[in-house]
Amino acid sequence: MAEISLPPPSSLGRNPIIRALRSVLLLRESWVGVVGVLIVLFWIVVALLAPVIAPFPPNQNLLPFKPPGTVAPDGGVFWLGTDQLGRDILSRVIWGARRVLIYAPLATACAYALGVTMGLLAGYKRGLWDDVLSRIGDIILSFPILVLYVVIITTFGPSGINIVLAVTCASAPGIMRIVRGLTLDLRNRDYVAAAQTRGESSLYIMFVEILPNARGPLIVDACLRLGYTIITIGVLGFLGLGLPPPDPDWGGMVNETRAMAAFAPWMTVFPCIAISSLVLGLNLLADGLREISLKD
Amino acid sequence: MAVELIPPRDTTTPILEIDKLSISYLTRAAEIPAVVDFSLTVRPGECVGLVGESGCGKSTVAMAIMRYLGRNGRIAGGSMKFRGRDLMTMSEEELRRIRGAEIAMVYQEPMAALNPALRIGDQLAEVPLCHEPGCTREQALARARDMLARVRLGDPDRVLQAYPHQISGGQQQRVVIAMALLSNPSLLLLDEPTTALDVTVEAGIVDLIAELGRTLGTAMLYISHNLGLIRETCDRVCVMYAGQAVEEGTIDQIFAAPRHPYTQGLFGCIPTPGRDKTARPLVPIRGQLPLPQNRPKGCWFGPRCDHFEAGRCDAGPVPMLPASETRGVRCLRWQEIEAQPPVPAPLEVMPAAVAAVAAVANDLPVLEVAAMRKHYPIYDSSVAALFGSDRTRYVRANEAISFEAKGGQTVAIVGESGCGKSTFARVLMGLETATDGTVSFRGTDIGRKPVQQRDAKLLSSLQMVFQNPNDTLNPSMTVGQQIGRVIRKFGVKKGRRDVEEEVLRLLDLVKLPRAFLDRKPRQLSGGQKQRVGIARAFAGAPAMVVADEPVSALDVSVQAAVTGLLVDIQRRSGTTLLFISHDLGVVRYLADRVVVMYLGQIMEQGTTDAVFQPPYHPYTEALLAAVPVADPTIEKKRIILEGPLPSPLDPPQGCPFNTRCPRKLGSICETEAPPERAGTDGHVIRCHIPLSDLEAVEPVLGRAG
Repeated sequence: MAEISLPPPSSLGRNPIIRALRSVLLLRESWVGVVGVLIVLFWIVVALLAPVIAPFPPNQNLLPFKPPGTVAPDGGVFWLGTDQLGRDILSRVIWGARRVLIYAPLATACAYALGVTMGLLAGYKRGLWDDVLSRIGDIILSFPILVLYVVIITTFGPSGINIVLAVTCASAPGIMRIVRGLTLDLRNRDYVAAAQTRGESSLYIMFVEILPNARGPLIVDACLRLGYTIITIGVLGFLGLGLPPPDPDWGGMVNETRAMAAFAPWMTVFPCIAISSLVLGLNLLADGLREISLKD
Repeated sequence: MAVELIPPRDTTTPILEIDKLSISYLTRAAEIPAVVDFSLTVRPGECVGLVGESGCGKSTVAMAIMRYLGRNGRIAGGSMKFRGRDLMTMSEEELRRIRGAEIAMVYQEPMAALNPALRIGDQLAEVPLCHEPGCTREQALARARDMLARVRLGDPDRVLQAYPHQISGGQQQRVVIAMALLSNPSLLLLDEPTTALDVTVEAGIVDLIAELGRTLGTAMLYISHNLGLIRETCDRVCVMYAGQAVEEGTIDQIFAAPRHPYTQGLFGCIPTPGRDKTARPLVPIRGQLPLPQNRPKGCWFGPRCDHFEAGRCDAGPVPMLPASETRGVRCLRWQEIEAQPPVPAPLEVMPAAVAAVAAVANDLPVLEVAAMRKHYPIYDSSVAALFGSDRTRYVRANEAISFEAKGGQTVAIVGESGCGKSTFARVLMGLETATDGTVSFRGTDIGRKPVQQRDAKLLSSLQMVFQNPNDTLNPSMTVGQQIGRVIRKFGVKKGRRDVEEEVLRLLDLVKLPRAFLDRKPRQLSGGQKQRVGIARAFAGAPAMVVADEPVSALDVSVQAAVTGLLVDIQRRSGTTLLFISHDLGVVRYLADRVVVMYLGQIMEQGTTDAVFQPPYHPYTEALLAAVPVADPTIEKKRIILEGPLPSPLDPPQGCPFNTRCPRKLGSICETEAPPERAGTDGHVIRCHIPLSDLEAVEPVLGRAG
């Protein structure tokens, strides 16, 4: 079959930033991806501009149990209503975006750092490394994930760092399995043999020769995993194991107000919408990335 | 076996008539014409060859005949008639009746063509059950059994019961051919049917196809990139270039006197017997196949043609010009260009060439291998083995390998897949360690020194060129980064400017444009990637380079260029080259010494001259006879090896070749290891047959006529 390839571009950007921007522009070709990017960007902008756009301070007690659209004493409007302590829901959702967009990416990044290293070691070194690391992963994965979170956080106490720690422990084995599988395939490529026969260290081969060529599936997985992590942080908040009050946290907001959901649904619904939309955006982005990677 | 009477067929109407066919593929960017103005007629009982390099559109033509182009393929013009019926206007329903029943196809990968979950018998029986209403399962199975016997499968009843993975690649391809023939088609399309097989297996399949053509009278369209194969199987041939047929005629016409410059160029690229790197080097076709959107105005071969005449060849589309009743040439100047018959080649290596080689080679051995052994343990962890005694078995990949290579020499290791030649390369490179024996490189034993324990000096002096062009370079790094890394690692140059200069020098050395510095591997063609691989291997001024099938994945014209380059660089730098290959043509062309391996053992070794002339080891003889030869002035002996290659897990006792040897003496071959029989100039044959008897054998290749 005739192999059709387009002529290479005459000048290639050596600058990695330009190249990264170019691959982001490729997303145009998938409308699903574009919608995903727009949703995620919306929440990033909201989080960045929280002090400017939030109408009220997030922890200030004003008028309790006010439905959406009530006019505040100072003339402002509670667009999404207030909660049982009289705090403005809109402001709390806006500030809550900040927290979730700090802790979720941080936790995912930590999980990736650990999972990728473990996966590369298991897949490239094989033998004892593989046996030990894979078994550790299996043991962690055999726990019901929620029990694992509860155990870790009740042991170390609820705090931002401990949430990151819990997510890292729980996600790393899954990432390790993906990376290990990719490495097992890539380690047999001739360019890896070429690197070995010029005396490169294992570390160089794992991180420079193998890892960059595994990036495609990993980027898609990272987007999905970031979504799961946001849900996880929400769930932990709901179980009362999340970030300590009174600072706003989407999962925590749902937890605090769920008893009143029957007669004051706005208190529960809006934080829920916030969580779902961000996760949806990330999943759409992952779908778009996958679609593009299949086309190439 | 009995030859059935062929049902009388209409012998006047052509089976297939293709007239001015054009096929396009729709891509995101544009509609790309893959095949343009293609005409071909196949008459009953005829075998027509379709030859060309990858991307020339030969498989597209086959798919178009089946009307099976896929979603993005479109027949843009022309007509196709199958036994007088118009294929273009047929409905899906009519096409389905024709496919498989009247037009059958055999693909390149037999394993991919068979369903791994079904027994062979069930798969074969499907064909009559599907195409002939009223056929019972018993009848279908009986027909399947007959057909298996007909494609010369030794034990048809066992094969009927087997799953595809339980039979060898050659047997699988025979099953696929049997499946294609079961419905008694009037046209058989063969798309590179032997490319995935070993030469000795290929010889058997080619022989079978030729015989089936004679006995069944099936018309065949044989697609291949190998001119030698086409010559041995076909009656007529059509040469394709960039989606056009450029020359068409009978085998005798084309092979005796190719007219089109591209056909002539192709013949200049193949190492026919009698060519050698010093006296009659290969002549690659310059330039590259133009991409469909960059095809020039006028003759598409123009930019690469030595006979190009501006103002005439680039004036407009060139039509197919009739050269005689049976022959067409798509060249405006065909009458002016001398028909270059391949010069009758001398079958002996010329003395001048021997002298030139001797001058380069010095007497110091760079590599001495003595009784090197490599066994891979296989641990059986089944419950049965737990209670039995042998939980560990050994794959005997290399068994008592002994040979040496002198400075500046080219030593070739030849053998079929699984003979252990790549294992030896891995041991030499330190990617594996030897089980026993010594591998002495410049006086130090490196057989048990893995690559991690080798110092930079040793690493840089022993480098490797890999087989698969798509695997040899890291896809995420630019060419400059990859070569630069080697230079820095071996300490050839330091400092950014110096390294970059050295990279540019190496790019010049392998004749690649300097602009390739910033290119990623996916922007290079296969041949260009192999050139980068060669540049990388020679960056540290190595004393020895191991090339593991460096050109076997490349097109013929590219092969010639890359082989020429490798030989040229090697000769200029005085590097010893260990060339691993299954292609005896290439080996004969460039090697000074040849080592023939079979099942992990060396069967014969000596100078190229000695190995390619009697006395031969029976295996070498069969190997030589199996290679298709494109030179019509050469006549070849016919030796077809029976039986499959034994497993290296359980090699035969005595001589490893005894199960397939056509000259087997008797029980001595099965019980005793063959002695080494020494000839002149280090020529060694391991065989029970005395040297004098082996010497009396007629040469495999002789002058025709």
